[in-house]
Amino acid sequence: MRRKYVRALSTAALAAVMVAAAGCQDSGGGDSSEAEACGGKIAIFGAFTGDNAGLVIPSLNGAKLAVKQHNAAKPDCEVTLQEFDTQGDPAVATPFASQIAGDASFLGVIGGHFSGESDATMPVYQAAGLAMVSPSATRIDLTQKGNTSFFRVVGHDGTQAAAVATFLKGQNAQKVFVVDDGSAYGAGITAELGKALGPLVVATDKIQEKQSQFDATVSKIKSSGADHLFYGGYTREAAPLVKQMRAAGVTAKFIGPDGLYDPAFPEGAAGGAEGAIITCPCLPADKAGGTFSADYQKEFGIAPGSYGAEGYDGAKVYLDAFDAGKQTRADILAFVKSYDKQGVSKYIKFDDKGDVDPTKVVIWAYEVKNKQITALQELKIS
Amino acid sequence: MNFDELFGHFGQHTVDGLSKGAIYALIALGYTLVYGVLRLINFAHSEVFVVGTFAVLGAWTAFGMQDRPGAGQAILFLLIGLIAAAVASGGTALALERIAYRPLRRRNAPPLVFLITAIGLSLVLVEILGLLLPRLVGGVFPTLFGRERQIVGMPTIIEQKPLITIGDTSITNVQAIVFFSALLMMAMLDWFINRTRYGRGVRAVAQNPETAALMGVNQDRVIMLIFVLGGVMAGAAALLWSVRFGFTQSSLGFVLGLKAFTAAVLGGIGNLRGALLGGLFLGLVEVYAATLYTSAWEDVVAFVVLIVVLMFRPTGLLGESLGRARA
Amino acid sequence: MMNKLRATEARRRAALSGIADRWAALPAWQRLIGVTAFIAILYYLPLLGVPGLTWLRTDSIDGGNSWAGVLFTCAIYVLVAIGLNVVVGLAGLLDLGYIGFFAIGAYSVALFGSTNSPVVKWMQRTFELEPTWAVAWAICIPLAIALSLTSGVILGWPTLRLRGDYLAIVTLGFGEIIRIVARNLTGVTNGAAGISAIPGPEGAPSADNQIFGLQDLKPWYWLAITVVLLMVFAVRRLENSRVGRSWLAIREDEDAAAVMGVNGFKFKLWAFAIGAALGGLSGFLFASRNAFIDPSQFNATLSILFVAMVVVGGSGNMVGVAFGAVLLAYLPERFRFVSDYRWVAFGFAMVVVMVLRPQGLIPSRRRARELQDRAKEAKVSV
Repeated sequence: MRRKYVRALSTAALAAVMVAAAGCQDSGGGDSSEAEACGGKIAIFGAFTGDNAGLVIPSLNGAKLAVKQHNAAKPDCEVTLQEFDTQGDPAVATPFASQIAGDASFLGVIGGHFSGESDATMPVYQAAGLAMVSPSATRIDLTQKGNTSFFRVVGHDGTQAAAVATFLKGQNAQKVFVVDDGSAYGAGITAELGKALGPLVVATDKIQEKQSQFDATVSKIKSSGADHLFYGGYTREAAPLVKQMRAAGVTAKFIGPDGLYDPAFPEGAAGGAEGAIITCPCLPADKAGGTFSADYQKEFGIAPGSYGAEGYDGAKVYLDAFDAGKQTRADILAFVKSYDKQGVSKYIKFDDKGDVDPTKVVIWAYEVKNKQITALQELKIS
Repeated sequence: MNFDELFGHFGQHTVDGLSKGAIYALIALGYTLVYGVLRLINFAHSEVFVVGTFAVLGAWTAFGMQDRPGAGQAILFLLIGLIAAAVASGGTALALERIAYRPLRRRNAPPLVFLITAIGLSLVLVEILGLLLPRLVGGVFPTLFGRERQIVGMPTIIEQKPLITIGDTSITNVQAIVFFSALLMMAMLDWFINRTRYGRGVRAVAQNPETAALMGVNQDRVIMLIFVLGGVMAGAAALLWSVRFGFTQSSLGFVLGLKAFTAAVLGGIGNLRGALLGGLFLGLVEVYAATLYTSAWEDVVAFVVLIVVLMFRPTGLLGESLGRARA
Repeated sequence: MMNKLRATEARRRAALSGIADRWAALPAWQRLIGVTAFIAILYYLPLLGVPGLTWLRTDSIDGGNSWAGVLFTCAIYVLVAIGLNVVVGLAGLLDLGYIGFFAIGAYSVALFGSTNSPVVKWMQRTFELEPTWAVAWAICIPLAIALSLTSGVILGWPTLRLRGDYLAIVTLGFGEIIRIVARNLTGVTNGAAGISAIPGPEGAPSADNQIFGLQDLKPWYWLAITVVLLMVFAVRRLENSRVGRSWLAIREDEDAAAVMGVNGFKFKLWAFAIGAALGGLSGFLFASRNAFIDPSQFNATLSILFVAMVVVGGSGNMVGVAFGAVLLAYLPERFRFVSDYRWVAFGFAMVVVMVLRPQGLIPSRRRARELQDRAKEAKVSV
């Protein structure tokens, strides 16, 4: 007899879950801002959960902040920002793209945050005539494929690599050892740097994602006698690498790109990262335009990390479009194409391929001091 | 193919390989211990190890350890770390056994079911360390759980210094500590299994559980002992990891566990000496491969070597034992 | 306590086989109607709009994924589960590297079918073809099957003599080898940047495609489900053939089977190759639908997830493994509101299912009986 109770109970529980789930959906789809004809709905997609979420959340927060400020200033023109969590997986991002493209209420897209998911979804948004503004997809060839609806408010890998090369030459580097993590981002930027540095590169190595022990790489660096080491990749591998390098007595200066512009880098290296240089196409908080940094800090309780300002700018492009009375996908796409305005991260004006003007990209070098990332100097791109 | 580099600094690369392999061997001991008795791949063992690394950091933070303490303090902190890690890892391993494995064993579930359960358990552990604890107590323990899923650094307890230098090959103090600890731990385990009363019970259960039960060996207690022992080993490995590398992360376990398990299989799973040999062999292979090509290829070479070794010696380099061959 | 548990278990088993027995006892025409109705429902699913059931759709929640897109993923995972079931469930070989075959299938259509792949570009240069030339999609199907089948034989030949657990680690290694090679051989596979513009039945992805377009994913699902049904039919025939009975004999007792004249190695290799071919076919469909792949999509975690689908669903029973696959593909998409807690819930569910139902949710009858025998043996030691 007891079994029957159990069964009845579990059926009831299941039914309750189903009802709850159904309830969720009803409460979600209620608000429609179509009637006012001045607000609108935009989608933002990226890895908001999972291992790499730390890199993407600041951008999401930046976009949320922009929308919130807009809605507070113009309560009659409510703009909705709908999040789509792809976990950074292109196979999850493409059905999302079909979903967003098929839903006529979406007028613009912020994303993708990684190059892979951007590459995978570009054709879908292009076919739907939806504009994509990416805050952080930096792979060079994304804008070289003849796509007409993809824009990015961030400089591509080539720009940053050029700045790093200029910096290294300015430091009078003689022997540069370059390491990358084989990822699209790390390997891309490292290859660009290699081209720019030419014979200054003494040796190279490639490591793996999630690698923890770098004995072989450290020995190679040692025997190459390099005075500078460039690492193209992310925090996870960079922190143990720089720590093990220092522990083994290698004194070469450590330089990394914006993948390391993350408080977890100096903390993860626990003192090993002192003196490391991080380049980033992002302005120091006090140099950024307006009150963005302060607002962000107030809203989310932490400083805007990597791409926080870019996320804000990406959303701002669409908000300006709505304010200008644009209400169709085609109008908004045209508006984005001709956008020409000072943003928080940089001056935003797209060239015919969708890149921001390289001369407007500002790249700063930061130094790790006392486990803090502090602004060092602005880098020249030439 | 960078032969110049490999043979130009062959000694150094060998030292590197052995020190890398010692870490694998330390973790492999836990896999092999459980497998030897239960014929069960405790897939969650790598997470038991990760729990240990967090415990080490937690203990060090709680007792206020600074970078590079003096020799006396360092020894004290090593002891504190060892105790914390052993308790945390041993406790986790025991909990896994009681919550998941024992009910399965009662039903005599096939090995595949154990494997999937273990995978589920390791997922849960990774998420507890990487997500739940940071959300729940991130504010209370900022050094441990301040950032979700991120890498966490630890203070340096022993500064690396070259201990012996021959030509351009140098062995650092930390490398030596890790290597000899691995040897010592294997020797102690070996002694425990082969020379003590408890060890006899373990061997009996490994050989034939039913007969052992008839002879009055309490199987459940032996199995609990095995899990606790494996957990304590993981704790010790976690301490040595913290001394040598000084960082941890919730998702550290997967890759490391995969390698350690490979090492155990290479040496002959279930065989303690095999775990050590397999670990060192794997470390050497990886470092040589990384030197010849790049580190990006080392896993490919390691797995190809594994396949080739198993083709010629289907039960690993030393074969399976633990009780079987040396009863 | 133990007795009560066992009694409950026996009742549950009786109830379950009750349904199966009743089904088997139905007249053939009634079963035919049942199967036809079920297939019709499968084809109707993407259009699902019955009031009261629409909450099943994954796009019924805010930020939910495309319903047809998720159904497609479910269908692909079902295909994977059916293939893996041949290896794990029928032949009893523990294959943790099934993702390797999936990746080979995906890469065969990417490398030969996409104009962006280095292989196609090399062919164009060597044979002086036009820049739009690539191997046709239809030709890529046999290519994908042949390549994955061959790799199955190449991997199986040396390793199938190994015992269960050794085979597990070797296959896991194989899966990793495929992923790392795809990542590092930049000149052939484009490395971590991945390959885009992978063709579908109508050629390269573009807005002009009439049926297999970019926005409407329903035809893709219908294509996949058709392939799944064909393969279910084929594998069912195989299961009841001489080969299927040999697999059963090997799984139960390899030595006894050898005495009875069953060549264990030959039939194991068969199982491995057939499984590999099915994996390749699913990878092929996966790649052509997404039109973009990169190596990070073929990681060991997904490979282990595949095995989990089979074991949780009920290894050996095609209905069971298909159910397991659908659960693991569908639940995380529908219950997106648990977002970050997805994985912990998932791991927990895996443990609970295994502890309460080691034979899987819908076990095969033979398997359940084997398990019963094992449980009886266990009495001695409890």
